[in-house]
Amino acid sequence: MIGPDRWNRARGCQIIAGYASLDGAALPILHALQEEFGYIHEEAATLVAQALNLSQAEVHGIITFYHDFRRAPPGRHVLKLCRAEACQAMNGARLAEALLQTLGIEWGETTPDGALTVEGVHCLGLCACAPSVLYDGKPLGRVDQEVLGTIVQQARGA
Amino acid sequence: MPLIQEIDYGTPVPATGKTVSLTIDGFPVTVPVGTSVMAAAMTMGTAIPKLCATDSLEAFGSCRLCLVEIEGRRGTPASCTMPAEEGMIVHTQTQRLADLRRGVMELYISDHPLDCLTCSANGDCELQDMAGAVGLRDVRYGYAGESHLDAPTDTSNPYFTFEDSKCIVCSRCVRACEEVQGTFALTIEGRGFDARVSPGGLDFFGSECVSCGACVQACPTAALNENSVIALGQPEHSVVTTCAYCGVGCSFKAEMKGNTVVRMVPYKHGMANEGHSCVKGRFAWGYATHGDRITKPMIREAITDPWREVSWEEALEYAASEFKRIQAKYGRDAIGGITSSRCTNEETFLVQKLVRAGFGNNNVDTCARVCHSPTGYGLKTTLGTSAGTQDFASVDEADVIVVIGANPTDGHPVFASRMKRRLREGAGLVVVDPRRIDLVNSPHVKADYHLPLKPGTNVAMINAIAHVIVTEGLVDEAYVRERCDLGDFDSWARFIADERHSPEAVEEMTGVPAPDVRGAARLYATGGNAAIYYGLGVTEHSQGSTMVMGMANLAMATGNIGKPGAGVNPLRGQNNVQGSCDMGSFPHEFSGYRHVSDDATRQMFEAFWDVSLQSEPGLRIPNMLDEAVEGTFKGLYIQGEDIAQSDPDTQHVTAGLRAMECVVVQDIFLNETAKYAHVFLPGSSFLEKDGTFTNAERRINRVRKVMPPLGGMADWEVTIAFSNALGFPMNYSHPGEIMDEIARLTPTFAGVSYEKLDQLGSIQWPCNEAAPLGTPMMHVDRFVRGKGKFMITEFVPTEERTGPRFPLILTTGRILSQYNVGAQTRRTQNTRWHEEDVLEIHPFDAESRGIRDGDLVSLESRSGDIALRASISERMQPGVVYTTFHHAKTGANVITTDYSDWATNCPEYKVTAVQVRRTNRPSDWQARFFEEDQALKRISARVDAAD
Repeated sequence: MIGPDRWNRARGCQIIAGYASLDGAALPILHALQEEFGYIHEEAATLVAQALNLSQAEVHGIITFYHDFRRAPPGRHVLKLCRAEACQAMNGARLAEALLQTLGIEWGETTPDGALTVEGVHCLGLCACAPSVLYDGKPLGRVDQEVLGTIVQQARGA
Repeated sequence: MPLIQEIDYGTPVPATGKTVSLTIDGFPVTVPVGTSVMAAAMTMGTAIPKLCATDSLEAFGSCRLCLVEIEGRRGTPASCTMPAEEGMIVHTQTQRLADLRRGVMELYISDHPLDCLTCSANGDCELQDMAGAVGLRDVRYGYAGESHLDAPTDTSNPYFTFEDSKCIVCSRCVRACEEVQGTFALTIEGRGFDARVSPGGLDFFGSECVSCGACVQACPTAALNENSVIALGQPEHSVVTTCAYCGVGCSFKAEMKGNTVVRMVPYKHGMANEGHSCVKGRFAWGYATHGDRITKPMIREAITDPWREVSWEEALEYAASEFKRIQAKYGRDAIGGITSSRCTNEETFLVQKLVRAGFGNNNVDTCARVCHSPTGYGLKTTLGTSAGTQDFASVDEADVIVVIGANPTDGHPVFASRMKRRLREGAGLVVVDPRRIDLVNSPHVKADYHLPLKPGTNVAMINAIAHVIVTEGLVDEAYVRERCDLGDFDSWARFIADERHSPEAVEEMTGVPAPDVRGAARLYATGGNAAIYYGLGVTEHSQGSTMVMGMANLAMATGNIGKPGAGVNPLRGQNNVQGSCDMGSFPHEFSGYRHVSDDATRQMFEAFWDVSLQSEPGLRIPNMLDEAVEGTFKGLYIQGEDIAQSDPDTQHVTAGLRAMECVVVQDIFLNETAKYAHVFLPGSSFLEKDGTFTNAERRINRVRKVMPPLGGMADWEVTIAFSNALGFPMNYSHPGEIMDEIARLTPTFAGVSYEKLDQLGSIQWPCNEAAPLGTPMMHVDRFVRGKGKFMITEFVPTEERTGPRFPLILTTGRILSQYNVGAQTRRTQNTRWHEEDVLEIHPFDAESRGIRDGDLVSLESRSGDIALRASISERMQPGVVYTTFHHAKTGANVITTDYSDWATNCPEYKVTAVQVRRTNRPSDWQARFFEEDQALKRISARVDAAD
C-alpha cells in the first residue's frame, strides 16, 4: 500500500510557474513538487514538460535518474538509512536488513499501514557517527536496533 | 545493384573551407577543420571500431571502443570526440588498444544474448561486427551474473519491435530522436546498471513517438528492428528511388529480396532528406501490394452494371471508340483529361500531350488546381517563376522562420525536422495559423509569435504586416531600388501605408491583437535572413493568389529573396505536384509555364508533334464538371486522381461524373471516382515504374522500378497504348526517352537527362546551358521576370459568410499518419494512429452545444451534411472547427463549397460556414454512400481463362 495522495493540480501548477523562468528549472521544480506532495505525480511530470518546453520522455529521464525522486506517495513518515561504506562498516547493513524483515517490506517500500517508508541513501555525510539515518528530514547518528524500534513505534503512533 | 552499404564516418564531416593535415597509422590525411579523428580515419578507409557513433549524430563518446593513441598525449582518447589537429600522429591499432577494446566488448557481451544465428539482425549487426573486429573469443565474466536478458520486448508499434534484451544502451536511438527527428520521445530511464532506453516510461505506441524510424535506423543491434526484416530476413539488393508521398521527395533505398520489398531505408545521399524519413515513406508502403489492387482492366456500359474484366486490348479499344464517338457526336471539346500529381513527370507529360495532340483540345487539368495553383499564379506574376525560391538546405541559414497556413510536422515531417533543428539553434519563429499547430509549442520549439487569425483573413493579415514594415521604415530600400520595379513599388507602398491596413484597423477582422502583429512584422523585417514557408492554408482560399502575391511583396520589400536562409517557399502537398505543373498540366500552359496562346512555343510543339494545336486555353476541372452537368462535356480520362473524394462539393462532382458518357479511370485502386467510371485501367505504384518526381524545391529525383507492374503495364505504357488506340501514335521504349522530349521542348529542362540524373543524383530546375548543374536557389542576382513586381493586394473577403444558421467556420487539413484521400495510408497499419476523421472543436463551442468528447455530431454547411465524431481540443479557437479528409466514408468534401480563388479556381477548402449539433445517425449522404459503395463497385465473376 502507498500513503495518502496529497497531489493537487492547481497547487502543482503554481509551484511550476514559480520556478519556470529559472535557467535549468527542471530540478528545482521537481524538488519543490516532491517537497510539497511527497512525490512527483504523473500529471505533474506532464505539466513540467509543458511548462519547460521539454518532452515527457525527457522529464521521465530526469525523474528516474535521481533515486531521491519518488513516483508514488510515501508513507506518513520517511526513514532513510545510509548504505554507504562507513555505515556498512558499523553494522548498518545488518540493522537495515533486520528492520526491513521486521516490517516485511523491501527498500523503497511503505509499510502496509501507510506509516513508514524506508529508503536507502548513499552517505549522509555523518560517517563520524555511523550508522546514521534521516528520519523525516532529521539526521540521527549511532543508531541501533533500539533507536530504529522507537522510530517505528513513533511512526505508527503518530 | 547489390545491397548499398553507405559509408559511416562515425561523426558528421563538417563542410568548412579550412583543412588540417595529420598522420593516421603512418599515412597522411587532410580533412576539414572540426573533423573528428574517427571520421578522418574513415576518409582514408580506416574503420576504427565503434558502437555509439554514427555520422548522422554528434559524437557522444560513451562506448569506449573507438579509443586511439596519439603521440605526445597521455591515455587513449575516444577518436569520435577528438577533433583532428594539425600534425597529429594517431595510431588506431596497437596492442594496448586491442586489449582495451576486447575488454570493453567482453563487458558488452556478458549482458547480451548469444543467439546470433537466430537473431533478426543477423547479417546487419554492428555489435556482431565489432565482436569480430576486436577478435572476441571469450567472455571472462561468464553469463551467470545479473543481466537484462529477460527484459520484456515491446511490440506495440506496428512497424518495428523494441527488443530490450538486445539493447546495449549506446543512446543512438535517443540521440536520433532528438537530433535528427526533433521529437525527444526517447530517454534513458534510470542510471547505472538499471539504465534502459525508454519511450518516457510508456510503450512505443502510447508514447510521444511519431514512428519516423530514425531510432531504428540508428540502432546498431537488433534492439530496434523493422518487423518486415524480422518476418522476411535480410534483403539482398537495393534500388535507390523516391518516396511517393508528400512534396518533400525523400530518397530511399528500396531494400529488396527478389521483387519483394523488405524495407525502405532513407538514403543519406538523397539531397532532400539526407537520410531522414517519416512514418509514411519509411513504413507505409504496404499498400503497393495490398489485396485491393485492381490488376485487370475492366469495362461496363453503365455505372449501375457490374464491372467486367477484359483484356488490355478490349479495354483500350472500348475507351478509344467511346471517346471517338463522343467527339463525333458532341464535338472535339467534349472530352478531356486529368493528369496526376502522384504519377511521374513523364507520365504527366504524356497525358497532357495526349489531350492536346490526341484529343485535339486543351481540356487538361491537374489536382494542383485544388492545391497550389495560386502559388503558380502568384509567384509567376511577382517573381517570374511558378515555384519556390530556395532549396530545403536554405532553412539551415534562416534567422527568422515564418510559417503561414502550413503544418510541417504533420504535412512535411522530414522538412519539419530540419526546420526544428534550425529553431533549436535559435532561429525566430512566427506561426500564422488559426490552429495551435505543434510548431507553436512543442518540445524545444516555441513560436515567438503565434498569430491565430480567423480563417479567411490571410490577406488582411499579410497587408497588416506589410503596413508595419512600410510605415515603420523597415523596407530594404537599397534592395528594392536595385531589384524591383520602382513604379509598382511606389503604388504598392502608398496602398499599403493606408491606415485601413494597420494591425489596429484589422484587429477585429483577423482576431489577432495588433501588438503581436507589429512584433511579428518587426521580427521578420529586422531579424536577419527571414524565410516564409507556406502551405494550403494560404492557397485554398478565395484570395489564395492575392495572399501568395502578398507574401512575395513582403519578401521583396525586406530583401528576402535571392539569398540563403530567405525566400518564399511553398510546401507542396503531393510527391509530384510541382512536376505535374511543370509538365504543362494546366489548360492554359505548355510545359515550363508557357501560355498556349504564345505562337512561338505552340509552333515548336506543333512541329515536333506534327499536329496543329489549339491556341485557346481549355477547361479547368470545375468547368469540366459544370459543362458535364449542362450536358456539353461527355468524356474524361483521369490518371491517378480521385476527384470524387478530393475535390470540393462532392455532390456536384459526382453529378458531373454521372452526366458523362465515358469516364476512364486509371488507378491502382477502385477509388471513389471509379464508381462513376465506364473503363478502369490498372495503374502502377511508384515501385513498379521508372520516371522522375519533382519536389517542392524543384528537385528532379529519379523513381526506379523495383518490381514489375502488377497489371502488366506501367502508367506511361498505358497512356501510350491508349493514345495508339485513339489513332495518335506514341512510341517510347523507356521513360528516359520521354524526358529527352521534355528537355527538348522545355527551356527550363533543357539540360536534364537520365544520364545526368544518374550522375548527379538529382537536379533542381532550371537546368540548361546557363545552369548545367541545376539551380538550388532562384532569383540570385535578378528576378527571373527582370524586375520584381509588387502587386496591389486588396483584401476582398470571401462570400462564404457565417450567420445564424451556420455560425462556425470549418477549416480542413491533414495529419501525420494519413496522406491526402487516404487511398494509400488507409491500406496500411497507419490507420492505427488515425482510424477515422474527427471534428476538432473548442471546449466553448462544444459546451454550448452539449457536445462531449467522442460524441457523434452532425456537421452541416450550405452544401450538405455529414456525421462524424467530435474531439474537443484547445488547439482550436472558439468559432472554428477542423477536420481532415482522409476517409472517403466521412465525406468531408460534402461540406465544402464551390467558392474558389478568383485567379485560379483553387477551391476554398479552408473556409466553410457550418453548424454542428449532436446526432445519433449517419447523414443521408453517408447512408447513400454506404449503399452505393456496394452497388457501384461490383465486379462480376472473374473469367481468367478468357485472357
